[in-house]
Amino acid sequence: MAQAQVVEKKKMRTPIESGCPDGMQYMHPLMIRNFGNWKYHDRPRPGVLHHVAYSGDEIWTVRVGTQRQLGPYEINLLCDIIDKYGEGHVRFTIRSNMEVMVSNWDKVGPLIQAFNDAGYPVGGTGNSVTMIAHTQGWLHCDIPGTDASGVVKSLMDELHEEFIKEEMPNRVHITTSCCQINCGGQGDIAINVQHTKPPKINHDLVANVCERPSVVARCPVAAIRPAIVNGKPSLEVDEKKCICCGACYPPCPPMQINDPEHSKLAIWVGGKNSNARSKPMFQKLVAAGLPNNPPRWPEVAAVVKNILYTYKKDARDWERVGDWVERIGWPRFFELTGLPFTKFHIDNWRGARNSLNASAHIRF
Amino acid sequence: MSDTRKQPRSQPIDPERHSTYVPKDKKSTKAFHPTPMLDQLESGPWPSFVTGLKRLAHENNMMVDLLGQLEHSYKTRLGYWKGGTVSVFGYGGGIIPRFSEVAGMFPESKEFHTLRVQPPAGNHYTTGLLRQLSGSWSKWGSGLIAFHGQTGNIMFIGSTSENTQHFFDEINEYGFDLGGAGPCVRTAMSCVGAARCEQSCTNEHRIHRTLVNNFIDDMHRPALPYKFKFKVSGCPNDCMNSIQRADFAVIGTWRDDMQVDQQGVKDYVGSHGRKYTIDNVIARCPTRALSLNDDDTLEVDNKSCVRCMHCINVMTKALKPGKDRGITLLIGGKRTLKIGDTMGTVIVPFMKMDSDEDYEKLRSLAATVIDFWAENGLEHERCGEMIERIGLANFLEGIGVEVDPNMITHPRTSSYVRLDDWDQEAQKWIDRKKQAAV
Repeated sequence: MAQAQVVEKKKMRTPIESGCPDGMQYMHPLMIRNFGNWKYHDRPRPGVLHHVAYSGDEIWTVRVGTQRQLGPYEINLLCDIIDKYGEGHVRFTIRSNMEVMVSNWDKVGPLIQAFNDAGYPVGGTGNSVTMIAHTQGWLHCDIPGTDASGVVKSLMDELHEEFIKEEMPNRVHITTSCCQINCGGQGDIAINVQHTKPPKINHDLVANVCERPSVVARCPVAAIRPAIVNGKPSLEVDEKKCICCGACYPPCPPMQINDPEHSKLAIWVGGKNSNARSKPMFQKLVAAGLPNNPPRWPEVAAVVKNILYTYKKDARDWERVGDWVERIGWPRFFELTGLPFTKFHIDNWRGARNSLNASAHIRF
Repeated sequence: MSDTRKQPRSQPIDPERHSTYVPKDKKSTKAFHPTPMLDQLESGPWPSFVTGLKRLAHENNMMVDLLGQLEHSYKTRLGYWKGGTVSVFGYGGGIIPRFSEVAGMFPESKEFHTLRVQPPAGNHYTTGLLRQLSGSWSKWGSGLIAFHGQTGNIMFIGSTSENTQHFFDEINEYGFDLGGAGPCVRTAMSCVGAARCEQSCTNEHRIHRTLVNNFIDDMHRPALPYKFKFKVSGCPNDCMNSIQRADFAVIGTWRDDMQVDQQGVKDYVGSHGRKYTIDNVIARCPTRALSLNDDDTLEVDNKSCVRCMHCINVMTKALKPGKDRGITLLIGGKRTLKIGDTMGTVIVPFMKMDSDEDYEKLRSLAATVIDFWAENGLEHERCGEMIERIGLANFLEGIGVEVDPNMITHPRTSSYVRLDDWDQEAQKWIDRKKQAAV
């Protein structure tokens, strides 16, 4: 037996713990040659960046929107275009856009044409609405309240024109998240699941599936306590204290938080990761109670477009959504968008006092 | 609602080379499930992931059932994946196991695991490399790849338990390694940076690889309180969203005067107008450090400049970061769970990143932070949450970093504090200042 194990072990290959590969080996030669020596950039047209190095070298980047989830057909199709019209080098942005670099302006037009002919939009640069930060959703996540790819696809269909043009006051980053952990992160406009009912507990399974003390510890409002239910060790939730966040669900799947009707979508605005002008900002809740309505989530799209086009019309150049609201004030935001203001907009989490208006600064 | 999605797409010039293409030959042996809801996501101008999934379903039965399960989720508005334990030989993490709860209806995709693989720093690829990765994945998995997940991994979606090992063995041979999953150091991210951006203030790629490859054991064998993420942005525009999304955020910056090309400023005023320049550059400076002179040159109060990047973003040809460059470190960013969102806090206002010794100093500081957190963090407590619980001053003492007024927005406003060692602490500051002067 012991010998059999040794033989079995020998067959297993020991991993090479090489970690993160060096990007230099795949980089466009102009990027290697001018590494750290770039002078300035401009944008000759939407979807195209033009960088000039101190050496005099120039490089053009064409940014392409994709469906993020790519199969061999798409990868070969896009790579064929890059090999034929580009120079074989490509990178991805944080928002899943492809960037194709070329050394000659004359190559830019045919490259864009080839992508468009294959059904891929070029854009997402500067003051456009770029690709939506994309999570996994029903396709692969173990705790999702909604889908990710479908929400992104349906919204990008609606916002396609704003991706290929640069007509917004400043860049717009939209994010989606399929649960309240919010993998999508901060966005100018964020679409997040918001559960509205406490978890439904399958008491028959809790004892076998869940490490109960960990689940109790996970709750942000100490609403979960151990209990014996129907003679079995389980957990119970103080439903008056419960904030329906779903934090207990990942460590304890029998505490089902997702509900086809009561898991709603909420819209948040004004998140910003950049330090430009103001410090980085968190997004703020503006709308909630929207139905989780696949396959195209029209109610969500309507609110997003309302906010987006109000911002486009009213904001000044270089104002991100958060900067714009800081100038015009929240009363005016709710007035311009027509969204209702409720008691739920007033924060009561820790640090909430900092969000109250302790001044006579009122806009009329 | 706009009607764009209802408009038919313009007719492709070559329908066989287009995002809407669906093969005529069906190699998969299992019949397709009806997908009336997903079918509605095939119209509209944006490339459709559903059409992509259907192309794969023509190739293999796993994707036939995957589409069936996804449609089932759309219909019932619930997810049906459960986690589990799957790893490759020698590692404890890096794979997201997914077992279907509705395998009775969709047996071919009952195991549908994701391998998280670290991309090259800066997400640079050649077409040859993309084809190679895609080829390996078509051989061992579903063929579906996400470039990239929110943490920065290449996500190879859809493999059986057995094939995860075969796929990993194949790509590991040509230089690719798994990322993190579970309570461990996670895959890191860095911006395009010095490779193609004049605003880059450091070598993002080298910092990225120095940090993450030093903690590769902590990535592959999850044993920390919770996840730990490194992200590297070359300037305060923070394209990697590091302050909010990373436990350990590295941001390129500079400490001397910003570079001003006065002719470039004049050209900008000439082309955009004086009012536009005042409204969009001068007036948008958060610390009122800019002034436009009567001759259309720019006056910069560099002592008041906070390196926000706005004016540099607007006047790309006239303004640039200074020449004495380095990095700012912030620690403790994370999303909501459990105490609410936190941004990272400045821990090191400035350090140079020129010599090998500088990189060693950064690596050693990161190790100290992880060690301190590993010892003092509670289970499932992010580094930022631990700092919130124990206080920044205690954290700084724990990692051996001296206090600095750059770490705070303003000093304490509450008098409810004991100040027993005030004189001693004040003396430390005075001594440090004296030492710095020498």
